[in-house]
Amino acid sequence: MKIERLIKMANDIGDFFNAESNKEIAAEGVKKHILRSWDPRMRRAIFSYYQEDGSQLSDLAKKAVSTLDQPE
Amino acid sequence: MSINKEQDFGTPAKTATESVTLEIDGFQVTAPAGTSVMRAAASIGIEIPKLCATDSIEPFGSCRLCVVEIQGGRGMPASCTTPVAEGLKIITQSKRLADVRRGVMELYISDHPLDCLTCSANGDCELQDMAGAVGLREVRYNPVKTHLDAIKDESNPYFSFDPSKCIVCSRCVRACEETQGTFALTIDGRGFDSKVAPSQNQAFMDSECVSCGACVQACPTATLMEKSVIDHGQPEHAIITTCAYCGVGCSFRAEMKGEQVIRMVPHKDGKANHGHSCVKGRFAFGYATHKDRITKPMIRASIKDAWREVSWEEAINHAASELKRIQQKYGKDSIGGITSSRCTNEEVYIMQKLIRAGFGNNNVDTCARVCHSPTGYGLKQTFGESSGTQDFDSVMKADVILVIGANPTDGHPVFASLMKKRLRQGAKLIVADPREIDLVKNSPHVEANFHLKLRPGSNVALINALAHVVVTEKLLDEDFVNARCDVSSFTKWETFIAQEHHSPEATESITGVPATDVRAAARLYATANNAAIYYGLGVTEHSQGSTMVIGIANLAMATGNLGRVGVGVNPLRGQNNVQGSCDMGSFPHEFPGYRHVSDSKTHQLFESAWQAKLSSEPGLRIPNMFEAALDKSFMGLYCEGEDIAQSDPDIQHVHSALRAMECVIVQDIFLNETAKFAHVFLPGASFLEKNGTFTNAERRISPVRKVMSPLGGYQDWEITQMLSNVLGYPMNYKHPSEIMDEIASLTPTFAGVSYEKIDKLGSIQWPCYDEDSVGTPIMHEQTFMRDNGKGLFMLTEYVATQERTTRKFPLILTTGRILSQYNVGAQTRRTDNVAWHAEDRLEIHPHDAEDRGLKTGDWVGITSRAGETVLRTLISDRVQPGVVYTTFHFPESGANVITTDNSDWATNCPEYKVTAVQVSKVSHPSEWQKEYLSFSENQLELLEQGIQNG
Repeated sequence: MKIERLIKMANDIGDFFNAESNKEIAAEGVKKHILRSWDPRMRRAIFSYYQEDGSQLSDLAKKAVSTLDQPE
Repeated sequence: MSINKEQDFGTPAKTATESVTLEIDGFQVTAPAGTSVMRAAASIGIEIPKLCATDSIEPFGSCRLCVVEIQGGRGMPASCTTPVAEGLKIITQSKRLADVRRGVMELYISDHPLDCLTCSANGDCELQDMAGAVGLREVRYNPVKTHLDAIKDESNPYFSFDPSKCIVCSRCVRACEETQGTFALTIDGRGFDSKVAPSQNQAFMDSECVSCGACVQACPTATLMEKSVIDHGQPEHAIITTCAYCGVGCSFRAEMKGEQVIRMVPHKDGKANHGHSCVKGRFAFGYATHKDRITKPMIRASIKDAWREVSWEEAINHAASELKRIQQKYGKDSIGGITSSRCTNEEVYIMQKLIRAGFGNNNVDTCARVCHSPTGYGLKQTFGESSGTQDFDSVMKADVILVIGANPTDGHPVFASLMKKRLRQGAKLIVADPREIDLVKNSPHVEANFHLKLRPGSNVALINALAHVVVTEKLLDEDFVNARCDVSSFTKWETFIAQEHHSPEATESITGVPATDVRAAARLYATANNAAIYYGLGVTEHSQGSTMVIGIANLAMATGNLGRVGVGVNPLRGQNNVQGSCDMGSFPHEFPGYRHVSDSKTHQLFESAWQAKLSSEPGLRIPNMFEAALDKSFMGLYCEGEDIAQSDPDIQHVHSALRAMECVIVQDIFLNETAKFAHVFLPGASFLEKNGTFTNAERRISPVRKVMSPLGGYQDWEITQMLSNVLGYPMNYKHPSEIMDEIASLTPTFAGVSYEKIDKLGSIQWPCYDEDSVGTPIMHEQTFMRDNGKGLFMLTEYVATQERTTRKFPLILTTGRILSQYNVGAQTRRTDNVAWHAEDRLEIHPHDAEDRGLKTGDWVGITSRAGETVLRTLISDRVQPGVVYTTFHFPESGANVITTDNSDWATNCPEYKVTAVQVSKVSHPSEWQKEYLSFSENQLELLEQGIQNG
């Protein structure tokens, strides 16, 4: 999976939930959306990126990705 | 089977609740007030002779054939224009009436060719029938001047106009006005010189005629006649089925001679179309028997090889072994499938079942990914169900109609005719669209009160501004919000939307729409008794497509425009079965009925019913499949009825992904663009060759019936079943009705749906929860379908697309479609519809054209960050300065060479509607087009070699 593509997808999701002023709720919204719509290999890839670098993720996306449960 | 002609009651039905009782020829009859005597008589089987009356249009009273006597009354009134009244005693047959009618017929026939035996209408001519009915035995007149030498107009590819046979009954003129709303026909001249004239006495093809066929349908003689009937004679039986084009889902009578379709006639009892049609459904069915049809299975090892025709057994075995091989090599999740909105519900259902239960993963997606997936997401979140809220007829009770990002007269023409009828009755219209669509001011007697000509990509800013006005000017329906919606979410939203940066004044610089217009439009929408929103792909195909759908839902809830007739949120679906294919579980994260794959109760239900271990993880979406293919983790694809190599964005990326896969299986009726990258071709069946159901944009499940044998030997559901069986996951359906029974048993909203009920009712709108239910025309009447029954407001911050104009790419390209062509054009390009639109053109505003030294017809290169293509220009002020527009019906146009991979944040629906481009004059095709033509020619040669060797 091209990581640039996944980063953009995660940030775009973050942009929507960013309207929520409570960032805990917003991050939960991003996480839930990723869990419910991303194939496991995509989730693994974005989580690896977060662990290795993560610099291109927005604050909200980073917060959400950091709490992703990892698929087997 | 028989031709079973539909009864013509002479005048339209009336819906008054008050009824009156009268006597006709001694028989008592009760009818709704306002009903004509003619219709009341017909309702008890008394046929009063008629020529100028037909029940699809209002009575005219000109032919004088339907005269009757009223006991105690004077004269002989026309029964078509005489309403029933309490206690009337009507006489329909007497010597005096017979003499008048015979006299009328004698005059008609004196100026009519007496070629009945060789006339194309022989056997279906009302004039001939009436001559018989009135007992005409001789014509005493010998006129010195007649119309018998009038010249035929053969300009329309589908019907001929023979004025020598015209009786000037005006049925065609009235049908064009009342049914279609185009007003292309008129009666020109007076007295003997009166004649039917298209536009300014032009040929039909040169006139404003849109070839909907309403005039042909209304004509009582052979004056307006389908050329297919002229060529082949009258049909001998008819089967009711459903159109395979747009999301209106018109019901048609396929009128047949054996297995040959002679004509498609719109079905009067069709609840989506009420006997109306458009040029596609009515006439463009010839693709089904086009010479390009591939009817034998084919395989090849590489896309550089010639195809090899093989038996069905060999093709299926080969496909199955390749899929198994790939799974062994790359893992269980390395294969998947794509379904299409052109497939029936039953086909989609068993396709996703095969993938989930047979492949063992959830890598199934559908073409709604690239059109209405944001509708599914946005409406599910806010209302609790992924569907529009109304039936089409609801528009007839709307007082204000807000059309956003849709072009109904081109994309959904039969519904557009209904909408135009309501607008002519006085409903107000707001259009939000970057381009001046026909509804704005190019439809006769229809003019938008406001055209909010927004910049592409600024939808959310506009919907927020409309909502801001509603909230800050206290135009809310507080009772509705308090009773029907989640109040805490509303409170949060109310505060959010009232912020100054959402105001029309603040957003004017983003949208380009004057704040005064936005304020006035918001007031108009919010203060109407009934206000309805209709939207299309101009809403969904954006990076904020889902946000916009949510914004629309917020606005409708805030103003209480939900849960009754005349209001609602109405997505106009592009293809015939977009709604159905989504309902059937063709998204990678949802089982049938929009239930998430991780929902344990649903998961258990399907595991138990399907006797298979199912994954509870979402699978890959279409664009993710392409990414995964280039990453070598997705190497096998089963694609039914969808042409991803033409329809998906950033097409060079898609082609690279298809080339990277080790096995691409295409099931289609033509060697489409995707099939040029395939290794297995399974010849599918057209909609005329199979049984099943389609579900239209109003959730109406309608029957698709086999009227001819599948040219390839099998219906598509049978092909999928064969593949499943060879793959080791047994399926043993004998008929699609058994598949529907299984769907009903597993999906609560379909629980009461069965073929038996569909046959009985004609169609059913889901939700249909039990055996007694006849369906649900209007949704959310009492509660929303969310778990707590309350509508949910969500925050919709405007986020500008990352696709920005720059000095290098200063124009925004947006896309759309045209009446005569359909999507990627695979069907309509193989019909005479090319007479109207033989190429895609680039519309450009005169200012932008002048800056570039362009005139209409010039070849221009259109360059974006993704690629370049070349089209001819059409200079038009329908687009605003800074915006260019094209259709995407021809593969060589390469519209998707220039579209980018930007997509909706929630669903990855591509942002087709916003691409920054530069346009400049060129003299030769783009590099991509040259490569495409070379590749395509080579693939057609490889096909030809395969057929010759077969």
